[in-house]
Amino acid sequence: MGRSPTFSVARWLAILIKEFLQLKRDRLTFAMIVGIPVVQLLLFGFAINTDPRHLPTAVMSDPGPFARSYIAAMKNSSYFDIVGSIDARQADELLDKGQVKFVVTFPPGFHRDLARRVTPTLFVEADATDPIAMGGAIAVLNWLEPEVFAPDLPRLAHPPSPPVDLRIHRRYNPEGLTAYNVVPGLMGVILTMTMVLMTGLAMTRERERGTFENMLATPVTPLEVLTGKIVPYIIIGLLQVTLILVASHLIFDIPILGSLPLLYAMVLLFICANLTLGITFSSIARNQLQSMQMTIFFFLPSLLLSGFMFPFQAMPSWAQTIGNALPLTHFLIIARGILLKGNGLEQLWPHIWPILLFTVIVLAAGLKTYRRTLD
Amino acid sequence: MDTPLTIDVSRLNKHFGNKHVVKDLSLQVRKGEIFGFLGPNGSGKTTSIRMLCGLLTPDSGQGTCLGLDVVKDSIQIKSQVGYMTQRFSLWDDLSIEENLDFVARMFGVANRRQAVMHALEELGLAGRRRQLAGALSGGWKQRLALASCLLHHPRLLLLDEPTAGVDPKARRDFWEEIHRLSASGITVLVSTHYMDEAERCHRLAYISYGQLLASGTAKEVVDSLHLNTWEISGHKLHSFGEKLRQLPGTEMVASFGTTRHVSGRDAGTLKASLETALVGSGLQMCPISPSLEDAFIHLMQGSRDQDQYGNGGG
Repeated sequence: MGRSPTFSVARWLAILIKEFLQLKRDRLTFAMIVGIPVVQLLLFGFAINTDPRHLPTAVMSDPGPFARSYIAAMKNSSYFDIVGSIDARQADELLDKGQVKFVVTFPPGFHRDLARRVTPTLFVEADATDPIAMGGAIAVLNWLEPEVFAPDLPRLAHPPSPPVDLRIHRRYNPEGLTAYNVVPGLMGVILTMTMVLMTGLAMTRERERGTFENMLATPVTPLEVLTGKIVPYIIIGLLQVTLILVASHLIFDIPILGSLPLLYAMVLLFICANLTLGITFSSIARNQLQSMQMTIFFFLPSLLLSGFMFPFQAMPSWAQTIGNALPLTHFLIIARGILLKGNGLEQLWPHIWPILLFTVIVLAAGLKTYRRTLD
Repeated sequence: MDTPLTIDVSRLNKHFGNKHVVKDLSLQVRKGEIFGFLGPNGSGKTTSIRMLCGLLTPDSGQGTCLGLDVVKDSIQIKSQVGYMTQRFSLWDDLSIEENLDFVARMFGVANRRQAVMHALEELGLAGRRRQLAGALSGGWKQRLALASCLLHHPRLLLLDEPTAGVDPKARRDFWEEIHRLSASGITVLVSTHYMDEAERCHRLAYISYGQLLASGTAKEVVDSLHLNTWEISGHKLHSFGEKLRQLPGTEMVASFGTTRHVSGRDAGTLKASLETALVGSGLQMCPISPSLEDAFIHLMQGSRDQDQYGNGGG
């Protein structure tokens, strides 16, 4: 488009101001910007409860006092509701039907073995179809046993090993995802959806209304238009993330173990990746509907193949390859890494460069398609 | 040809897919003149204008606009051209003032606030400046669009059917304004469908299906076609129309109120056949000098016969 034009900050600022003015006028879009994170967070956050209690639990019991006190402790933890004693045949049936979430099996001779310090096996079968939901209860089981049995085994103050060999069998989903999975993931999902969609619409709307022609008739450069249209949404994206972080911290108690500035830097990178894609979509699409379709075309694999919905390691390798090309896949790992594990830049780098690469490639494609907009 | 040329392009071509929208367009527009660009719908007028202001890159051809290369210097051209699009293309969801302010910023207008305020006062919209542009009537939208084109003091105005859908009073005011601008040295290229507007232009070009068919002053365009026109008037004329069309030598019959204009290039044949046909019909015939409208209807018919496809270049 002409001989190497210089970037004009004044023009860029003009586009920025215009975008904000238009956003202000577009009440529905504005409501969506705030509403989507809040509503989704509350919906998914509560619907996908990270720490459910009162899970129905069946017991195949040894009648001894150790087992009784263990069961009492399980009840007291409030994570388990003991629905009754059963036999082996019923256990499978109840789990299959989802009528109980846990079956705790005290093997015959449990009491005797424990008293003799033989380390009996305590066998727990968990319905792990929703592994996130099981996380809390399983964690409770892990610290429950020494607490329960220590007072009854006074002769050894510090048992050499756990008194009981606790074996948790995650039924139906041996992969087992960690708790707190959903909210950091949701951050990425919401950003992907709003960023790609909003910017996708931003440019096609100009084209549909014919105003793009007016803009192109000014000495504006492609880079000014692209960045001028992107930056307002970067700011919006950062606001959304803040909203999600505050809400998830207050409502869902999500820890923030890592560095907050690092998290924001990563969010910024992820937002840029999605925005460049949205802008590129909108310069390819002829109207707002097409842009919307392209967004969904990108959004679905992001949702399904990124590890947000299904465990990434459980996917076939071809699906993992696709997943690895998507920024959301890497952002999920980054967000969880920073929030839950306190990861630093060094540990995250393997997931940063793929997002960078994605952004650069898409931006290049966007600039290339932009040139042809009116031709 | 002492006056410098503001637009001087030759053999511009543009294709959209298989459609050859503009064919070998050559055009010279002199500084300070009002140049009318005429042609039926889809004849490539808009595409031509877009190529002149750098919105589209020609597939082939070369030339200059304001002394700058139309292919290479599109950005520099844009900063000196005011382009008014066919469809209202300011932002409906921005206020009048915000629209002007945005355009002024885009062109880097000096003393922006003053320039915008001045434009608002000139328009008589200072009191309504916070109103959304989308809420304006057609006539006001057109005036606002023109004002926004003039904010950066362009040397060339490209107006694409600026008066479509505007009432006669607003149209006349608009043309007064165009003439004032032209008098102040701004070159104006305006596309239109209206004959009265065409006659207000200093010079004209007629384009059809991407080809330039005629250009010059209104008189030159009419004369170049070598038409001979007779005006037929009288009672029962309506039942006679089809018959007139069949006469040897008739190339065009056009209705003008209660009269018909019959034109053809072969004056002798046409006159003879008209005289024969009108014997005993009670109709009168008298030779007149063909009007611009006769000329354009003739051009339109001629080009349609040789080239029968439409395009979206509008």
